[in-house]
Amino acid sequence: MKIKVLYLASLREQLGKSGEDLEIPPATSTVAGLRALLMARGGAWQAALAQGKALRVAVNQEMAQPATAVRPGDEIAFFPPVTGG
Amino acid sequence: MPVRIQTKDFDAGAEMAALRRDNPKIGAVASFIGLCRDTNEGDVVTKMTLEHYPGMTERALEKIVAEAKARWDVMEVLVVHRVGEMKPADQIVLVVVTGAHRGEAFAACEFVMDYLKTRAPFWKKEETPQGARWVEARASDDEAAQRWEPPKSSAA
Repeated sequence: MKIKVLYLASLREQLGKSGEDLEIPPATSTVAGLRALLMARGGAWQAALAQGKALRVAVNQEMAQPATAVRPGDEIAFFPPVTGG
Repeated sequence: MPVRIQTKDFDAGAEMAALRRDNPKIGAVASFIGLCRDTNEGDVVTKMTLEHYPGMTERALEKIVAEAKARWDVMEVLVVHRVGEMKPADQIVLVVVTGAHRGEAFAACEFVMDYLKTRAPFWKKEETPQGARWVEARASDDEAAQRWEPPKSSAA
């Protein structure tokens, strides 16, 4: 299925890109699954998305959890804990 | 619009006047202004860049405003948050709450800021003489937001 992935703030700098359109296997049906798929790219991806890193994920601009479903056409954003205000 | 993201500065006085105009039922206006400081973590800060997640930011802030209005007896809530480059002493964020009485207005204003700090997708990058760095999230901000969570039921 096709999805859109965004990388924001420090994560964008670590990964060297702000986002991409991805075709992922239908079996990758959750946020945790997508994170694992991206980590498997190795290098900066492995390091920046490693378990234990403080990361937040939004699906269609709503805060999500590892178990949140990923569906065709979704916009999934990975970013560090927020620091506004 | 109760929520605005903008690069330009804001005039807090004008915003407050506009929010309470033509409403003689308002007896209290509570407000908060967040500023860019010239130091952080012991280092001099010369410049700051704020970025956000367009679309989600507005949605997250609108949700926080709606929750504030549902939880406290207030009338209007305004949030103005700047993005882009800022210098020390520049204004970053404005929250204004109007209501009949101060207690509810103060509480709602503090709630909006505490939730904004932990839930709205903004990120600060600061320039110091040692180089540029992303500001780290603070545990104290999480604790401040936690105060507003409904008490957990002790019944098993």
